Amino acid sequence: MTSIDVTHPASRAAGRDPMLTVDDIHVYYGNIAAVKGISLTVFPGEIVTLIGGNGAGKSTTMRTISGLLKPKRGEVHFEGKRISGLKGHEVAERGIAQSPEGRRIFGRMTVTENLELGAFLRRDKGAIAADMDRVFELFPRLKERLVQKAGTLSGGEQQMLAMGRALMAEPRLLLLDEPSMGLAPVLVESVFETIKKVNEQGTTVLLVEQNALVALNIANHAYVLETGRIILEGPAKELAHNDEVRKAYLGED
Amino acid sequence: MSTVPANLFRRPQLTLMQILGYAVLALAAFVVVVAFIDGPRTFVQVVVIGFSNGALYALIALGYTMVYGIIELINFAHGDLFMLGSVLAAIFLEERLNQTSSSAKAWMLLAVVMIAVMALCAAFNVTIEKLAYRRLRNSPKLAPLITAVGVSFILQNIGIFMNGSAPHSRASVLPQSSWHVGAIDIRLKYIVVVLVTAPLLLLMTWIVQKTRIGKAMRATAQDRDASLLMGINVDKMISYTFALGGALAGAAGTMFVQVNGTTRYDAGFRLGLIAFTSAVLGGVGNLLGAVIGGVLIGLIQGLNDSGLGFFPGQKWTQTVLFGILIMMIIFRPGGIFGSHQQEKV
Ligand SMILES: Nc1ncnc2c1ncn2[C@@H]1O[C@H](COP(=O)(O)OP(=O)(O)OP(=O)(O)O)[C@@H](O)[C@H]1O
Ligand SMILES: [Mg+2]
Repeated sequence: MTSIDVTHPASRAAGRDPMLTVDDIHVYYGNIAAVKGISLTVFPGEIVTLIGGNGAGKSTTMRTISGLLKPKRGEVHFEGKRISGLKGHEVAERGIAQSPEGRRIFGRMTVTENLELGAFLRRDKGAIAADMDRVFELFPRLKERLVQKAGTLSGGEQQMLAMGRALMAEPRLLLLDEPSMGLAPVLVESVFETIKKVNEQGTTVLLVEQNALVALNIANHAYVLETGRIILEGPAKELAHNDEVRKAYLGED
Repeated sequence: MSTVPANLFRRPQLTLMQILGYAVLALAAFVVVVAFIDGPRTFVQVVVIGFSNGALYALIALGYTMVYGIIELINFAHGDLFMLGSVLAAIFLEERLNQTSSSAKAWMLLAVVMIAVMALCAAFNVTIEKLAYRRLRNSPKLAPLITAVGVSFILQNIGIFMNGSAPHSRASVLPQSSWHVGAIDIRLKYIVVVLVTAPLLLLMTWIVQKTRIGKAMRATAQDRDASLLMGINVDKMISYTFALGGALAGAAGTMFVQVNGTTRYDAGFRLGLIAFTSAVLGGVGNLLGAVIGGVLIGLIQGLNDSGLGFFPGQKWTQTVLFGILIMMIIFRPGGIFGSHQQEKV
């Protein structure tokens, strides 16, 4: 595959300092390399998307940023400070929340408790209540199910809860790993609307999606991963029209 | 994939299990009623004793079940921590503070000693987790299990060092009098144990169910990575769990000496097994289950010791209890309430 080399053009940075820089990380599961030298940058206010086939290393990258995995080589910086090497909860303290792949909600706890745990690091009771209302505005379905055990929610409702829970942290950087997984087409659209809305309200987003076309549609910048490496990057609009991308990820000939 | 055949096999088994379950319940009810008719006065007395012992078992069982809930380790050293608690409490109260008989001052000092022993046992348990179990958290399950057995031996030897290798008889500062209800005598010390234990159990439930830390502990028990993503310091939550379990073991140890009047370095083995049986009865990992299991085991033990009706008497008590343990593990490993119920941690 060829790559269009649009490495951080001045126009993208627009004088801003990067919010997140992932610098040549190598991540292993035991002896198996899942990520083999990935570098990427997220600027404040952006929606950046990672796309790529199954097993490309997208979730591994997200887990590494959140401190759940340690890179064997390379570093991750957030707002100018090194975060690789921090523990997961310390990364969260810096202002990074993640809605992980497979939802990972707390199934034996209620919807309310799940959302409260999303706000675990916050002490501002009033603002937490306001944010909970905001989550219910985004996902009215959750409001009808406050005391239901999260494990008994439908798959789609669980996905909403996972995203609502991440929003409750009031993160500066929101990592979303396949937020549309398992959702009905109508809901997929509304989830992407939500992501756009959240972004407009000031949260920077790093989005992993199988649904490449929609992701490229709302993102500013995109990276294409294959077997642990970035093979393509560029402004999302450009990648959406790139023949290689359309062939490989949008199922076109 | 394998769910289909598993279900096929499980369905008929479940109904059979239900029939068996009801049969066992009916039989138990019958045996209890016969025992009551056989000696109503003794019956009430042993029920009180059973409740009191059961409350202590519940305190210890909670420590097993909470630790299992959060790191899936059967902490074999937990009974020995209880033993250390009992020895420390006796040494403090009897040897250091010279309290050997019932008085208001002695009760106050007992309360102080209990809090001190709870704090010490909490600190021991946290230290044990840090030194012995933490680094094995990602190892195969057998490694921490064997380590727990090793820790158990270490604690027993500390017990020998402090208490000697022979049982040591200890004075009690609880009121030795009885409470006369009609023709029935109820020893006050048993009531005291229940009065001390019940608030502790309630406090524990409140901490785990309602507080921010308790919620974070439950989250940690369910999904460690997801908890980290929420900003929960998972290591700290595991420490808190060991601290709470240790404190309960300390409280149980303190009260146990007061009721039973002996300390012995190997008390943790038997009591630990009984408490473990209680935890299994209620479903390991299930908090409320551990409490109910503890009380049930206490009652069964009391009734059996009495030899009333069909109960075979004291000689058979251990056989009955551990028979229950074996039966539970074979037929209902998830406890009397089933496996996927209630809150872990
Ligand atoms: N816990 C693990 N142990 C061993 N290998 C793993 C583990 N998790 C992921 N891998 C491997 O690492 C590689 C990258 O996985 P990753 O989950 O990052 O892919 P992904 O891009 O998120 O894929 P998908 O789109 O299917 O979610 C895969 O080959 C996968 O098999
Ligand atoms: Mg993935």
